[in-house]
Amino acid sequence: MTELVDLRLVFVTGKGGVGKTTVASALALFASQRGKRVLVCEVDAKGDVAGFFESSPTGFKEKEILPGLFAMTMDTEASLREYLKLQLRIPVVGRIGPLAKAFDFVATAAPGVREILTVGKLCYEVREQSYDLVVVDAPASGHIVGQLAAPQAINDLVKVGLIRSQTDWMLEILSDPTRTGLVAVCTPEEMPVNETIELAARVREETTVRLATVVVNRVLPELFGRQEESVFDALDAPPAVAALDGLLGGDPTPLLEAARLAVTMRRTRSTHLERLRAGIDPAVPLLYLPYLFTRSHGLRTTRQVASSLGEELGY
Amino acid sequence: MARSRPAAPVPGRGSLDSLLAAKEIVVACGPGGVGKTTTAAAAGVMAALRHGGKVLVLTVDPARRLADALGLEGIGNTERRVPAEAFRAAGLKPRGQLWAAMLDTKQSWDALIRRHAPDERTREEILANPLYQNISGRFIQSHDYIAMERLYEIHSEGAYDLIVVDTPPTRNALDFLDAPQRLADFFSSRLLRWLIVPYRSKLVNLATKPFYQIADRILGTQFLADISEFFILFQSMYDGFVERAEAVGRLLEDRRTTFMVVSTLEGVPLREAEFFAHELTARRLHLGAIVLNKVLPTYLQDAESAAVAERMKERADEAASALVPVLAAADPALGDEAQIRRVLTEVADSFLNFRVVALRESEERSHLADTPEVLATVPFFDTDIYDLAGLVRLGEQLWE
Repeated sequence: MTELVDLRLVFVTGKGGVGKTTVASALALFASQRGKRVLVCEVDAKGDVAGFFESSPTGFKEKEILPGLFAMTMDTEASLREYLKLQLRIPVVGRIGPLAKAFDFVATAAPGVREILTVGKLCYEVREQSYDLVVVDAPASGHIVGQLAAPQAINDLVKVGLIRSQTDWMLEILSDPTRTGLVAVCTPEEMPVNETIELAARVREETTVRLATVVVNRVLPELFGRQEESVFDALDAPPAVAALDGLLGGDPTPLLEAARLAVTMRRTRSTHLERLRAGIDPAVPLLYLPYLFTRSHGLRTTRQVASSLGEELGY
Repeated sequence: MARSRPAAPVPGRGSLDSLLAAKEIVVACGPGGVGKTTTAAAAGVMAALRHGGKVLVLTVDPARRLADALGLEGIGNTERRVPAEAFRAAGLKPRGQLWAAMLDTKQSWDALIRRHAPDERTREEILANPLYQNISGRFIQSHDYIAMERLYEIHSEGAYDLIVVDTPPTRNALDFLDAPQRLADFFSSRLLRWLIVPYRSKLVNLATKPFYQIADRILGTQFLADISEFFILFQSMYDGFVERAEAVGRLLEDRRTTFMVVSTLEGVPLREAEFFAHELTARRLHLGAIVLNKVLPTYLQDAESAAVAERMKERADEAASALVPVLAAADPALGDEAQIRRVLTEVADSFLNFRVVALRESEERSHLADTPEVLATVPFFDTDIYDLAGLVRLGEQLWE
């Protein structure tokens, strides 16, 4: 199976709030550090990718934000304009006004159009081989299936015409497991795990894209081994607490309580991890990223995540 | 609804309790992954327990999370009562009834078409149109409108004293607010008429001709014909649709409706929530409450405890050797000095680690702008909330 960083097109999705953009940014950074020419594309134009790299805002025109690392923000209307210019050789300038309106209208009327322009632009970059790897900060797991299934859906709807001739090569790229893969990000919590298992099933049934990897983000550290936990329990009992209070000149109870909370949280989460492993095809690898106890988000954090990701990938 | 707003939260000024007692609709909104669905369910459970009456929790999330949280197997588009036994089993005696429903986008669209179609033939043609099937089933923006439409529908039937709605995970948190207006604009669009005209009269005027040439080349004639058929059929329902979309918009602005923004104190979700709160106010919608979930315990911020943790690390050797006899007294197997040292270091490190996060979040919270009357904080629960008892535990925190 093709390694994650050796794919050409990687969609990163996940339930809201699990760190999808973090993982997409870190993967792009890691691949660029390995000497690849990488494009990271943000599909939901929230501007978060720029935040993770502390760069100026990104636009539809890609921009090199770090050596070998390019970033862009998807804009379906700009994508249509580019497409028309390249494919139809239509003198777009003169007709841009009505075209924009018409586009907005058709995209709302036939909602697959917006999705196909997004997927189309991404596949185009892959086909033209302008980059070694295109990483997509894709829509959340509730929406990604619609996006990935769009070429097939359009194929079913549109029997002839230019769009139809375009979906075939897109489908070919999307369906090729040596080129395209989906990364599902989740956290070891109940609902994100449920959603990831559901997503894996839907992706298998409704799209032609392969689920390449599940990234489990924010895994809490294991504080104690089994024997150490007995020691901890004994420390949390009155004689030891009193002794510690005397030795350290202050009440250790909040420390012990915090450790107890950390242990319980870790334990609750590990049951979800077991469920996740059982619910996902054994052929799909799970990568684990640690919970970061940091002051803020930004490039420093992205670098940390990128290096954890590299370790998990065996580099 | 212009309302004066305090610059900072005034303790005791408002509570979720009084807010929920006074409103008919509570819309839970905010970024994804912050416990929005669970919070909405907990608010509904508490209202049913404390206030009585009929309370409906309407979830619009396709992930069936409310079903998990309420222990209801396969709740569907129709409202179902949460069985009294479920409350009894949790040792609870609700004063009112709790109902739950989940939005099924496809079913709701079908119902909408059945209601508005002028005749049976139009209805069947729309339901069979390939474009309609895609809009209602496969593609994504359709969730947003139908969620609000269904809320309107249920509210206008008047069967519930309180409806707590959980909003869909939209790409943009405001999509569902704009959806009714977008739909109305869409159906009154001039382009819609452009698209329909040639299939009615074969008369394409000079203005629309270039549009057709392009559209034809891109989309293909058949697809264009499908689009046109779809809209010709939809035209017959135009008035009903627009009127309805406007009514839905009015309901959201109504005094009986309030919004509850749910977030955590993590950077990205919090900024999204702040933006949302700001937008609600700008649109003159009633921002009733902000709920902050998964807040770490305050003792983590204590400077005195942090100093104890630092000393525990520094003096780990000394402390470990002093503790050997204390622990060995309880169980000789626990008297391993190296092991005690490791545990002490882990405990201290863990405290200091979580403290970094707790301090950051506390700082974030102090910057929270646009504070509504109710600002509820819910602690980090060490276990998951998956049943009624858990929802009540969460709900009691909300109520304070």
